[in-house]
Amino acid sequence: MNPAVKNTVLFSLVGVLLVGTGMTQGWNSALVILNMGLISAIMALGVNLQWGFAGLFNIGVMGFVALGGLAAVLVATPPVAEAWQAGGLRIIAGLVLGAATIAAAIVAQKRLDGRLRTLVTLVILIGGFFLYRAVFDPGKVAVEAVNPAVSGNLGGLNLPIILAWPLGGLLAAGAAWVIGKTALGLRSDYLAIATLGIAEIIIAILKNEDWLARGVKNVIGLPRPVPYEIDLQNDPGFVERAASLGLDPVTASTLYTKIGYAALFTIVLLIILWLAQMALNSPWGRMMRAIRDNETAAEAMGKDVTARHLQIFILGSAICGIAGAMMTTLDGQLTPGTYQPLRFTFLIWVMVIVGGSGNNFGAILGGMLIWWLWVQVEPLGLGLMNILSAGLAEDSALRDRLIDSAAHMRLLTMGLILLLVLRFSPRGLIPER
Amino acid sequence: MDFLNALVAFANFVFVPGLAYGAQLAIGALGVTLIYGILRFSNFAHGDTMAFGTAITIIVTTALTGLGVTFGPLPTALLALPIGIGATILLLLGTDWSVYKFYRQQKASPVILVIVSMGVMFVMNGIVRFIVGVREVNFADGERFLITAREFRTMTGLDEGLAIKTTQVITVVVAFAVMALLFWFLNKTRTGKSMRAFSDNEDLALLSGINPDWVVKVTWMIVAALATTAGVLYGLDKSFRAFTYFQLLLPIFAAAIVGGLGNPIGAIAGGFVIAFSEVTITYAWKKVLTYLLPEPLEPDGLVQLLSTDYKFAVSFAILIIVLLFKPTGLFKGQSV
Repeated sequence: MNPAVKNTVLFSLVGVLLVGTGMTQGWNSALVILNMGLISAIMALGVNLQWGFAGLFNIGVMGFVALGGLAAVLVATPPVAEAWQAGGLRIIAGLVLGAATIAAAIVAQKRLDGRLRTLVTLVILIGGFFLYRAVFDPGKVAVEAVNPAVSGNLGGLNLPIILAWPLGGLLAAGAAWVIGKTALGLRSDYLAIATLGIAEIIIAILKNEDWLARGVKNVIGLPRPVPYEIDLQNDPGFVERAASLGLDPVTASTLYTKIGYAALFTIVLLIILWLAQMALNSPWGRMMRAIRDNETAAEAMGKDVTARHLQIFILGSAICGIAGAMMTTLDGQLTPGTYQPLRFTFLIWVMVIVGGSGNNFGAILGGMLIWWLWVQVEPLGLGLMNILSAGLAEDSALRDRLIDSAAHMRLLTMGLILLLVLRFSPRGLIPER
Repeated sequence: MDFLNALVAFANFVFVPGLAYGAQLAIGALGVTLIYGILRFSNFAHGDTMAFGTAITIIVTTALTGLGVTFGPLPTALLALPIGIGATILLLLGTDWSVYKFYRQQKASPVILVIVSMGVMFVMNGIVRFIVGVREVNFADGERFLITAREFRTMTGLDEGLAIKTTQVITVVVAFAVMALLFWFLNKTRTGKSMRAFSDNEDLALLSGINPDWVVKVTWMIVAALATTAGVLYGLDKSFRAFTYFQLLLPIFAAAIVGGLGNPIGAIAGGFVIAFSEVTITYAWKKVLTYLLPEPLEPDGLVQLLSTDYKFAVSFAILIIVLLFKPTGLFKGQSV
């Protein structure tokens, strides 16, 4: 079958699934799935860039997504003037000192030799750490003491939240540069563990540093790029137009905002897809894939493989950061407790592998399809369990156990799908060309 | 007097917990390092293998206590352990036959095996949740304390008490017994030597006529025993929850890598290094320092280097430092 025809059929299948969900479970549910599916598709694009172009196994995706969310908070929330006065400068001074310590340690490592080098580095690091704590801690305590029930953090820049999306990408790119410098050049499974570890550290920092983004107290009420439902419901013009379509104001307002988000996300997705396709078919893209296919030959030809891998790592992570900012915008809040490093990362990997690694359209297809499946597995699973246990007695323990466990079977299903796809169709639905 | 108090406080809050935790990590890391050395991939499903073994052990323990069988002052779970190990052996051999064998025959790259092991991890997690559910299970019975803090204080007359739980003692004793058994097996028996040869140089080992299928099977069996033991010891010491073991996976990998992947001694050393670092860096040293230092120098704050929320971050920071400066680990493992 012609690839173009096959791809159209596959994407229409996703459309059919969404329309079907809309008709059976309500259009709001379908739009919710669509929105999160678009965000997951963007994350899958980022991961696909790293895996398909460069063969990098990065399971720290959640860390970059969290950084994107942090950017949304740091850009869009208003600054807390009292907190800045109380301890803002001290915190900044402490952070600068910390960075300077690390920079000094790196310089010492590069310039000195032997015993002296280890000694000087240790002295710098230990001395720097205590100095940093001495400067930083009082500032942190002061900031967190400012009205902790409502803020307790430094706030942000009070800019429109749409700006947070590219800035989230930038923040994630910066973190990816630091991480890539340390972790790239390691073998694939070491890179996996290192990236997982760093994602854990990033999320631990988000959860504990209350002065940054309120930690587990969460930042709620982030500004939105689309109108609020309540404003729409109070706007007579909107209510009139909704009535002419046969919808009541409440439903119309919720559908309108969701479609608004969907439109914004689709625009971002198309821009990133266009850039990714241009990259794929460019000389740079061909070089990256050639490096992936035969690293030894590439190094013999004089290509700096680690630098190239760093480029791809930064780009892929930036895309994940953008998606993270979008996700936080959609939620309207930053809840660090919900970032679970391995599980959601794993889901994105299933998306990339099922959709087709190395193919941008495959990544998008995988993103939307697997997200739909992830959401629908629970009701479907419950239905299946009900059918399976229909023969058992009403109060049988096995029946209770089966039905209880339906809720936990999502991950099992995803694991099975991954195993089956890797075994029988490792190139995915839309393979690399 | 004050020095003794400081020593006892240190032992009670840092040394004994660190020792027990280190033993648990060491056994877990041994399993990971064996798979890496012989099967040449990082097995992300190890944590959930531990969970599975512990879940089966819990079920058998519940059945045994229901029948009125106890083990005196020791936990009944130790009696159920062999059955748990048996079930886990069946699970791992089944997983190998249905999943990993295909990729081994294809000589797939290690990355693919890692991704596959992630899939296996989630399937195993689902199975464990199905068997035992997600609630917390405390299955330690028998004598709880070897010596309680109060008894210690009355015995010695010090201010600080030293409490030693029986599960901590059992952990250390069983851990060392298992390690001794493993080293005897690897060094003195023919199969063990074949495994070490296979790990060092696969082609030469095959040329010597070693049966790779048998080596792989024995590896999985030993790993099943180690994983179940580690899981049960951890569950006895703390409690059992289906998803805690996945969180343990990360320090276990850190321990294995710090010690040197593929090197059993390294795994044990790494386990203790990680455990003691985690406990030391997140412990509030105020109490110990108050005993040791003269009055004017006593600390005001908690003197806690990092808050306990960063416990997992500590093992990762150590892991990354080791990967930066000595990628083969403390005891030269297989190279990066």
